Amino acid sequence: MKPLRNLQTIIALIAFLSLSLLYTANLRAEDTIKVGILHSLSGTMAISETTLKDTMLMLIEEQNKKGGLLGKKLEAVVVDPASNWPLFAEKARELLQKQKVAAIFGCWTSVSRKSVLPVVEELNGLLFYPVQYEGEESSKNVFYTGAAPNQQAIPAVDYLMNDLGVKRWVLAGTDYVYPRTTNKILEAYLKSKGVKEKDILINYTPFGHSDWQSIVADIKKFGSTGKKTAVVSTINGDANVPFYKELGNQGITADKLPVVAFSVGEEELSGIDTKPLVGHLAAWNYFMSVDTKENAEFIKKWHTFIKNPKRVTNDPMEAHYIGFNMWVKAVEKAGTTDTDAVAKALVGMEYPNLTGGLAKMNKAHHLSKPVLIGEIQDDGQFQTVWQTKGLVDGDAWSDYLPESKPIIADWTPPINCGNYNTKTKKCSGQKY
Amino acid sequence: MKIIMLKPSEATKPVSLWKPWSLLTSGLWVFALILTGFTPAHADGFADEVNRLPTVPMAEMEQTIGRLAHVQNPKVAEMLQAMHDGRLFYVKASGRMVFADTKDDGFKLTDALSGEALGVADRFEIKKIAVTNALRTVLDREIALLELNSTDVRLRMKSVKSVIQNPTPEAMALLAKQREIEKDGGVLEAINVALALADLSGKDKALRGKAIRLLEGNLNQDVRNRLSALQEKTDTGEYVEGDSEIRNLAAVALKKIEYKLELNHLAETLFFGLSLGAVLVLAAIGLAITFGVMGVINMAHGELMMLGAYTTYVVQLMMPNAIDYSLFVAIPAAFVITALVGIGIERGIIRFLYGRPLETLLATFGLSLILQQLVRSIFSPLNRSVSTPTWMSGSLEINSALTLTLNRFYIILFGLLVFWGLLMVLKRTRLGLEVRAVAQNRAMAKAMGIRTDWVDAMTFGLGSGIAGVAGVALSQLTNVGPNLGQAYIVDSFMVVVFGGVGNLWGTLVGGLTLGVADKILEPYAGTVLAKILMLLFIILFIQKRPRGLFPQKGRAAEG
Amino acid sequence: MDIANLLAQDRVGKLFLMVLALMAIAISALNLLVPDSSAMHLSTFTVTVVGKYLTYALLALAVDLVWGYCGILSLGHGAFFALGGYAMGIYMMRQIGDRGVYGNALLPDFMVFLNWKELPWYWQGFDQFWFASLMVVLVPGILACLFGWLAFRSRVTGVYLSIITQALTYALMLAFFRNEMGFGGNNGLTDFKEILGYNLQKDGTRVTIFLLTALLLGLGYIASRFVVESKMGRVVTAIRDAESRTRFIGYKVEHFKLWVFVFSAVLAGIAGALYVPQVGIINPSEFSPLNSLELVIWVAVGGRGTLYGAVLGAILVNYAKTVFTGILPEVWLFALGGLFVSVTLFMPDGLVGMARKLASVRGLGLKLNQRSKL
Repeated sequence: MKPLRNLQTIIALIAFLSLSLLYTANLRAEDTIKVGILHSLSGTMAISETTLKDTMLMLIEEQNKKGGLLGKKLEAVVVDPASNWPLFAEKARELLQKQKVAAIFGCWTSVSRKSVLPVVEELNGLLFYPVQYEGEESSKNVFYTGAAPNQQAIPAVDYLMNDLGVKRWVLAGTDYVYPRTTNKILEAYLKSKGVKEKDILINYTPFGHSDWQSIVADIKKFGSTGKKTAVVSTINGDANVPFYKELGNQGITADKLPVVAFSVGEEELSGIDTKPLVGHLAAWNYFMSVDTKENAEFIKKWHTFIKNPKRVTNDPMEAHYIGFNMWVKAVEKAGTTDTDAVAKALVGMEYPNLTGGLAKMNKAHHLSKPVLIGEIQDDGQFQTVWQTKGLVDGDAWSDYLPESKPIIADWTPPINCGNYNTKTKKCSGQKY
Repeated sequence: MKIIMLKPSEATKPVSLWKPWSLLTSGLWVFALILTGFTPAHADGFADEVNRLPTVPMAEMEQTIGRLAHVQNPKVAEMLQAMHDGRLFYVKASGRMVFADTKDDGFKLTDALSGEALGVADRFEIKKIAVTNALRTVLDREIALLELNSTDVRLRMKSVKSVIQNPTPEAMALLAKQREIEKDGGVLEAINVALALADLSGKDKALRGKAIRLLEGNLNQDVRNRLSALQEKTDTGEYVEGDSEIRNLAAVALKKIEYKLELNHLAETLFFGLSLGAVLVLAAIGLAITFGVMGVINMAHGELMMLGAYTTYVVQLMMPNAIDYSLFVAIPAAFVITALVGIGIERGIIRFLYGRPLETLLATFGLSLILQQLVRSIFSPLNRSVSTPTWMSGSLEINSALTLTLNRFYIILFGLLVFWGLLMVLKRTRLGLEVRAVAQNRAMAKAMGIRTDWVDAMTFGLGSGIAGVAGVALSQLTNVGPNLGQAYIVDSFMVVVFGGVGNLWGTLVGGLTLGVADKILEPYAGTVLAKILMLLFIILFIQKRPRGLFPQKGRAAEG
Repeated sequence: MDIANLLAQDRVGKLFLMVLALMAIAISALNLLVPDSSAMHLSTFTVTVVGKYLTYALLALAVDLVWGYCGILSLGHGAFFALGGYAMGIYMMRQIGDRGVYGNALLPDFMVFLNWKELPWYWQGFDQFWFASLMVVLVPGILACLFGWLAFRSRVTGVYLSIITQALTYALMLAFFRNEMGFGGNNGLTDFKEILGYNLQKDGTRVTIFLLTALLLGLGYIASRFVVESKMGRVVTAIRDAESRTRFIGYKVEHFKLWVFVFSAVLAGIAGALYVPQVGIINPSEFSPLNSLELVIWVAVGGRGTLYGAVLGAILVNYAKTVFTGILPEVWLFALGGLFVSVTLFMPDGLVGMARKLASVRGLGLKLNQRSKL
């Protein structure tokens, strides 16, 4: 039985090696402040998230050039959750528990945030979430630097209704929680404005849907009744290119049937032939084309950092820009990277938007931002055609849904709750 | 049936039979026209109006365009069109109005007023006269009126269609005038529909009845909307249209229209299904060769399609001024590149794994990961933009209710062409003969002096090359990104298995059947459920016929 | 055949069980008993990650049973894993009770959100742990039984079988993505609070689940060993090697296949149920055909047809994945892909096969040396 004995040694060796390897990452001296970057670099979401990783690296490099933070250098810890939702939770745990990062900047999809949420709450970390999202959430440990529905969807519908005279609505989205929530809010909002049930068409498609022939034909039919019709699109990522291509080919142009999208930005447009899209709309808090001093400077820095003068900037990048700078200011104000102190310092913190005005972190951990509506140009940029008068304050719990109407989020005493029912005076769904 | 080729930006409105018309009304229209059409315009204020454009605030733009459109100057239409297309710029330094066309990284400038060529400028030197959707609609309307008497039939047609949607008295007067001199039958029909619609909203009952009869069976959506508007009730339950006779006439006309629409809808569904099927066939047919003929489960097949799509992107990068011809270069280029990659894969990996089909699956899966990451490293993880040639964009208008998108149309043709070509290669060439021989009995083929390893490499190269060509087609439909292949791999396997491994006809019939069935189910079940039902159908079908639609016969079938 | 006897013949297996037990005890002790400040302390993160690997190992064991011993290449085993996971997930969702966002005692948040008024029938009963546990076993088992009965009865074999198992998991993925299905759509089930009343965020609970996983992996191994060594196992191996011949000898081939397939699906379901509380989320991407493909590759890397090989492969590949995504996030797909290609090309019998070959060459060398001494 000699061969087997050798095998035994091999297996024992492997067991020993792996056990010892489990420790390796623990042995590091703490002379820097670590910042975790939790964006997918592979898999389906890499398309959108890789840019955000680069943005963070740029911001951290810049801060280090300015002398770091609290006399220490910042160190970026990049991990790849590979567009795999359970892996997001695991990597978040790794960042907080093993790497002991001071803050995490990351996530894109709602499901990745939902997956990470219990971990940051359990380990009391800080997460800056840079993407527009569905709302209906406010966590002590999460700062939402993207738009809530009232900072994107509602103003866009207002614009279509009042300025373009739209009477019939197609709410088309990918079948997941962000479009579902947004459409639910919009449906309630439209009905409150007197739009009839028969004038609203809601359609959901799976992720990465690529054959849009029948749906576009349906939309065309729905829009052919003589009343002005618009499509409110919450179609996600990859499905957009075939969708817009089909629109163009079936002869649906923006002046007849405008599409306003909430998930299509400069980055997505850079992968599309934009000629047939000219005139379609998008609602964001930031456009690369906005003419301000801060924005010009930001774009210049980005081009130098990424070494490609053709790369575009977009809304989630601005969200990280504001989020990161607010975090830096908050750490300086608190004098420590301790989560509770920084979170406290962050509420009420102000930082200039790239599009003008001061973004302010409100009590619900959302930002105040301007809302811009832009038309797609043939160079892949947006031309702002409408803008809210002032800044819009992010609202975590929509006022248009009956179940979340009485709920507010307020992370300052005495309420100190992300899910406070103003009617029953109760704080629910919280575990701390 | 009338077939007109249209660009996507052009409206698709219908035409109907011309019927004799009341002389009286047209006389009135002519009279109205004399009153309105000949009002003296600003003594040539054209240059002033144009030069003022950069300073006009957005809110006043509409009025300015209205004024500009009524200036009597032969260049008005050209100016408005340029504005509509976003070609009208001004030079920041001098304020001079120019037409700008992209050239390489800059713009080629032409003076908007004098037509003088001004050389090339950087994009920072000039600024666009911005137009929004609302303004584009206004511009469209004004241009339409200006072009009603154009010498180009297509422009006249477009113009009449625009008037149908924006029926102002001014426009109607112009139409009536145009009817007297219109030579083209199609345009005349359209004019008559427009005028009939105008009559329908008038008071004269006889005229209205006549108008309805004229509109009977017309597929134009405006006609349908107007007729169905006559059937509507107000909130209090009374008919909007008081005259029951007119109402009934309209109901009959509407019924005919709806019956026709139903038929057209059926044809449309069939077309959608066939085009989806063609995509499936294109994606699966390369696999049918590598998987069916050689027994190799190539999980990197999707990535080979991705390589084909990226080849299209690179070809377009290299010939930016000839996008229209790029596909003709991209198709052979993609075939050669992916075929070479395929041969490389076969020589480097697969030939060591013959007789172990399930292990080729594992190795090629690893390979697909590598290829994906390679593309991600070289081209970045972002999607790349592949332009559609002009001859592929837009649609083929059969009638007002049925338009076939050109890109899908060409892809169906292309799919059939590729299938036919492949069939010919296998049936009519020496290589094809050898491929079939090796597939049927490897040992015997070898004994007959066929270099089986060479045949294997060529077969795999052929299958891969077809995948690359399919990638070129896909680049016209969907994202060109690192994940392109993953989206199609499962579907391709389903098609091959459903059709019967080793049978090209099976793949064709299987792909088209699945495509059409999917599109027929979709309106009832929704996209996702339709797909789930298709999958369940395939699972159950395989229980009934474990070797697919067209089972392979003979020795090779044992496996 | 009694178990002691069974293990006596399986020396590597015995060693594997011993290493497993030692590691489980060592890891738990290092986490719970060593104070946080000590350099020897193992973080709960590590415990959970190792726990996750062990559930993968159990899953790989299930795949190896059908593929390595019965020759059925299932590209849909991820489906059984995910179904087991969902059964456990539903139980834990019910445990949240009124601590959800909308504070509804009966309905989970996403149902409140979709305006559902009552719990769908297939969520009934899952508030009981025993019922959920039963479902963890029954749901994948019944599906496998139904599917296998149809497929094996009509003699669907080889690649056809592989492709329709893939179709099965793909169809399930699409179905679970639908929000109307009532399983939370793309977000799946998450934000679990406790299991059997124990707080899931406590180290003690996590370590207990980890130990339970190790225990079940050990038991799963012994059970699989038992199946493989029994007379039935021999028939199954015969089917793998010569299906027609076995049938002609008079064995009901489809019954044996079905039995192994169902047993394997049940094991996969149990693995899924253990997986969910440790990673904290279950969502439809677990059904993705690519996941199921990866499973097969773990087994191939470790060595198909050897149970401990499957376990080894699952753990090694996933460990490599963790390491690569940590240190070389941008090139880990190269590494992973390269690993798969080279394993199939150069180690057709996986790591275990290679180790055996090495061992036998060395052994042969030794023997030769001894001879020369003589």
